[in-house]
Amino acid sequence: MRHIISILLENEAGALSRVAGLFSARGYNIESLTVAPTEDASLSRMTIVTTGSEEILEQITKQLNKLIDVVKVVDLSEAAHIERELMLIKVRAAGKDREEMKRMADIFRGRIIDVTESTYVIELTGAGGKLDAFIQALDGSLILETVRTGVSGIGRGDRILKV
Amino acid sequence: MMMTGAEIVIRSLQEEKVEYVFGYPGGSVLHIYDELFKQDKVKHVLVRHEQAAVHAADGFARSSHKVGVALVTSGPGATNAVTGIATAYMDSIPLVVITGQVPTDYIGSDAFQECDTVGITRPCVKHNFLVKDVRDLASTMKKAFYIANTGRPGPVVVDIPKDVTAAKCEFEYPKTIQMRSYNTVVKGHLGQIRKAVQLLLEAKRPMVYTGGGVILSNGSEQLTKLVRRLGFPITNTLMGLGAYPANDRQFLGMPGMHGTVEANLSMQNCDVLLAIGARFDDRVIGNPDHFGEVPRKIIHIDIDPSSISKRVKVDVPIVGNVPDVLEEMLRLLEADNAKPDEKALAEWWERIAEWRAKDCMKYSTKGEHIMPQYVIEKLREITGGEAIVTSDVGQHQMWAAQYYGFTEPRRWLNSGGLGTMGVGLPYAMGAKLANPDKQVVCVTGEGSIQMNIQELSTAKQFRLPIKIISLNNRYLGMVRQWQEMFYSSRYSGSYMDSLPDFVKLAEAYGHIGIRVEKPEDVEPALRKAFIEHKDELVFIDFQTDPAANVFPMVAAGKGLSEMILAEDL
Repeated sequence: MRHIISILLENEAGALSRVAGLFSARGYNIESLTVAPTEDASLSRMTIVTTGSEEILEQITKQLNKLIDVVKVVDLSEAAHIERELMLIKVRAAGKDREEMKRMADIFRGRIIDVTESTYVIELTGAGGKLDAFIQALDGSLILETVRTGVSGIGRGDRILKV
Repeated sequence: MMMTGAEIVIRSLQEEKVEYVFGYPGGSVLHIYDELFKQDKVKHVLVRHEQAAVHAADGFARSSHKVGVALVTSGPGATNAVTGIATAYMDSIPLVVITGQVPTDYIGSDAFQECDTVGITRPCVKHNFLVKDVRDLASTMKKAFYIANTGRPGPVVVDIPKDVTAAKCEFEYPKTIQMRSYNTVVKGHLGQIRKAVQLLLEAKRPMVYTGGGVILSNGSEQLTKLVRRLGFPITNTLMGLGAYPANDRQFLGMPGMHGTVEANLSMQNCDVLLAIGARFDDRVIGNPDHFGEVPRKIIHIDIDPSSISKRVKVDVPIVGNVPDVLEEMLRLLEADNAKPDEKALAEWWERIAEWRAKDCMKYSTKGEHIMPQYVIEKLREITGGEAIVTSDVGQHQMWAAQYYGFTEPRRWLNSGGLGTMGVGLPYAMGAKLANPDKQVVCVTGEGSIQMNIQELSTAKQFRLPIKIISLNNRYLGMVRQWQEMFYSSRYSGSYMDSLPDFVKLAEAYGHIGIRVEKPEDVEPALRKAFIEHKDELVFIDFQTDPAANVFPMVAAGKGLSEMILAEDL
């Protein structure tokens, strides 16, 4: 089963590799991993999307908690939550495709953030499925480049992950 | 007071009351060595290879319940130390390993004797630090000792670039340390403990199974009280030997791959299993699916939550410090004046008695060869069962574990988790320094001893009267045994040709060497070593039966009730 794990960890050199190393050493999956500092500069927040049985998830959580740099761990997917991913996609936008690209971007509520005579860069946020759908909806031969951030997630309502 | 980083390192060690540092100098740690030289509180033990420095610190820690400290230089010093660090990590031994590093502005430039020490050691430490600013050094040292020795213990590496050891700052050693991301549990959850006690009282076929956690937490006294109070059978794993006296009637011997029939069948057939500071290792329970075929309730006490329900699903998990949890259990039992089910227990003991009657540890003494088991039995007799025994890894390790009969904790030191050949002699060095008044014996084989034989030189320099009992069967015995049993006796790479003359070798290092070839000479040789040459290192090369195998045996991937016994072959 797919799980989204949120981790607060000390914003220290090597903290990321401790987490990544743990996953590879114990054979756990990482579908995506994002990390950046929080409003508290001493803390980073990491979101990992992983898959595994309940037993494996229990071990992942316990093993993460064992890392000295890890302050808090929650499985976001245990309850109501929001997940978002950002994609930047560079597409060919010339001739008759130019108008069509603009329309597709509008339909998916994307924004065109870079324009040349023959290309657009479109910014799109949403759950992973929406980004996948956008890629599917485009003519593949027009896609020049894509970059995705991986999932960031946050609990709904009163669920707060904070020190 | 302004101090250099090197002074801060040594002052920190003094503050932590470190008696011995096991180390080997080199370019990146020269400032630190210079400060070591200027004082005499922290004594330095110069080993002959960095691997042995860490093993010796590890042996010191295992035998004393103190943090072991090693000091090595950058690059090869650190990489040589890795086996020692990984060995300590697998057995949860508290160590602080200080490694030199190239100057901070050289890091990443492939400088001479540079390696990414924190990167290389990351998967085999409890935690590690690279200290880039001298102002962080004292607090990092404090954290290192604190992390190493609290919770589930483990090795901590402190990597210090050379320029940081030269830089100066104000020194103040922190009295206490607070880390928001590191909190250890001590007391177990009372509700869970109550549940556990209830289960134990209702058990018809109870069994107690304890591991290294009881030794590490100094929980033997409480364990012994509890087990005697309940009258239950108990087994100690390879890492847990000595937690409960081996000569007691309730002790069933060691479980697992080379465990006794009575221990393994009791583990398999019990209806309530109380696991304490143990981790259901593959060498202990064999195949987990086979183990799971018999329904039983499992109570698991461990300080590390990740050890619980890792390989086997547990019914009553209790996270806490072993002695604290056991005290609480005892208190509950006393308060209710509770008694286990006496009738069921008597029937259970009758079944165990039948398994015991198999006498699975008996071995043939008919041949002309020295039987290795006999050497260990005689060793126990002559040392009164009171020596600290270290071992290497292989057949000799199993025989020492099976036949010495440990009656107290911290007397049996071996590499149970990583299974590192070559630990025996450095462990003995560390143990002797920590316990100068105790006899220290290294039980080894001609294969293992050669993995750190150079330490005979260290033992000479520091006058460590260790007794080395080498069970020399001219084979890498455990490999040979597996090849005999599972590879149709194709002894690929397991025969030790061109062995040195160990007597001459011991003498060359300035020690006493004795060779023993006949069974009747075993006892006199041991007497000579332990009485006549009491204050010297004696290397006894016992020429043992090359065909002797370790039994009982649960083959890899098999279940606990599928043991192969000596008589089956």
